[in-house]
Amino acid sequence: MSSSIREQFVIPKRYNMIAVALMVIGVIAIGALYITHGASKDHHESARFWASLLQNSVYFLLVVNASMFFICATTLAWGGWPLVFRRVPEAISAVVPVIGVICFAILMAITFGDNHTIYHWTDAEHVKHDEILDHKSGFLSKGFFTVMTILTIGLWSLLGWKMRKLSRSLDNNPLPGIEEGKKYIWKNTVWAALYLIVFALTVMSSIPWLWLMSIDAHWYSTMYSWYTFASTFVAGMALIALFVVFLKNNGYLELTNDEHLHDIGKFMFAFSVFWTYLWYSQFMLIWYANIPEETVYFKPRAEGPYSGIFWMMFIINFIAPLLILMRRGSKRNYTTITFMALLIIFGHWLDFYQMVFPGPSPDHVPMILYDFGVALGFVGLIMFVTGRALTKAPLLAKNHPFIKESVIHHT
Amino acid sequence: MAVKKFITGNFYDEEVLFPAVKKARRAGYRIHEVFTPFPIHGLDKAMGLRDTSLHTAGFIYGITGTATAVGFITWALTVDWAINFGGKPFFSLPAWIPITFELTVLFASVGMVLTFCYLCQLAPFVKKDHFNPRSTDDTFVMALETTDKTNEEEVIAFLNNIGAKEVSVEYRETGWWLGRYDKDRKVFHKD
Repeated sequence: MSSSIREQFVIPKRYNMIAVALMVIGVIAIGALYITHGASKDHHESARFWASLLQNSVYFLLVVNASMFFICATTLAWGGWPLVFRRVPEAISAVVPVIGVICFAILMAITFGDNHTIYHWTDAEHVKHDEILDHKSGFLSKGFFTVMTILTIGLWSLLGWKMRKLSRSLDNNPLPGIEEGKKYIWKNTVWAALYLIVFALTVMSSIPWLWLMSIDAHWYSTMYSWYTFASTFVAGMALIALFVVFLKNNGYLELTNDEHLHDIGKFMFAFSVFWTYLWYSQFMLIWYANIPEETVYFKPRAEGPYSGIFWMMFIINFIAPLLILMRRGSKRNYTTITFMALLIIFGHWLDFYQMVFPGPSPDHVPMILYDFGVALGFVGLIMFVTGRALTKAPLLAKNHPFIKESVIHHT
Repeated sequence: MAVKKFITGNFYDEEVLFPAVKKARRAGYRIHEVFTPFPIHGLDKAMGLRDTSLHTAGFIYGITGTATAVGFITWALTVDWAINFGGKPFFSLPAWIPITFELTVLFASVGMVLTFCYLCQLAPFVKKDHFNPRSTDDTFVMALETTDKTNEEEVIAFLNNIGAKEVSVEYRETGWWLGRYDKDRKVFHKD
């Protein structure tokens, strides 16, 4: 490896300006939303404000957290290929504690506030007369919800921090020999496995049930969490692709080449198909059985006011990646990958939109421009924190035992 | 049947093979094929082979499968023998998606296997000739094509020069089954 590699990322001035501008837009959107809806005495009106915050914070929290899942999954599989750009998902996962705190505050405000429009099950009076919710009250209770939320966000942040620390511990003291290298890999494997266990118990099972599915508290689907996970993982890969392309265009990540971008593109392609598989499985079983207590979920979405978003999301999240990302050349083309990454992140944001909003607002689609504004705020926040995290460590994990495998990676 | 002359070089090491392939191409020789005991990443690029069209064929087979499934089920369940399943409309696309998916995969996979065999000139009972049986074991064989004007001595010297351990002149019958070595060694070897 040549010594002329630019390891130290310097944030371009325009980058910070854009990030701050986006955050200002976000704050303005939240403020406007609060004035028009949030401050209203009508619970249905103010629920629209909280639903927007819930959708955006949960979505972007799960998306940035997917970066750490990517790192841990490849670590556990002993995959060496992402190492040349590994600092990118590491930096993105550093956003988890920041959005985690925001998301926690929003969730607590919704759970413990006196507005029960979003989470019906928080209304003790109502639950008493509702046999179904009464049966679920062990799981859907404020105490369990809070404990799970704290544990989840805390453990993601903690284990993510540990994985980042392990990676950076080699930067200034290279491993002296093969035995130490084996020990290092083993240590990484153990921590990555711990993270993945937590991940499986949260994102892949309980957390989407608590945070999102409980909006439609009577309804349930066992496919829901996997579907949410697939949604956020593919958007997370798209986010990694965006940052890799951004750094490449600014002359960093010299050792990351088309081969690595091709593999990131493959993840975007494959998990778009995987998402569709789960989305469709959930839909088809309910459509086939046609039981009212299950179809109630799809009534406003597939046929009601949200049908436009519902089917547009299907085109953006499945048809477009399937046809555009299928070719080898398009996965190696910066423009195509950037365009598709933006499209996928937007498409899965729409997916979350139609998960959250038909609960508090089943009769009409709220004015979506506000939510765009809030989303842009979160995008600015992710840009800002990720940019700062990128400057804190060299862009190349040059002493990792698998680094050579990544440099000579070939698809 | 026309008989073609090839000059083959047997290389013992990948590290030698890669520069040799590049040198042979730069010198203007036409490489008929390089036979290796295992796939070597990047050799296709070094040899200047174009991308395979196998995936395009796969896409077309897949689309054919999709069209076949949707077309046939639509015809069967709405025109030919319409049955009321649980009050659903006759044209119930969601119920057909799994079968459509399966048929897409089936057409694409079977079609691609057959196309692959055709592109690699593989068929039952056809023995592929790779000039030197050791290319199935531990060495790499590069076969250069020749014309009437080729100076044999020069090519042999060139191959020796770029690192070939064994060099030989071979004659093969042309055609897509190019050279079945159980046969043409006896018949076509010009002494």
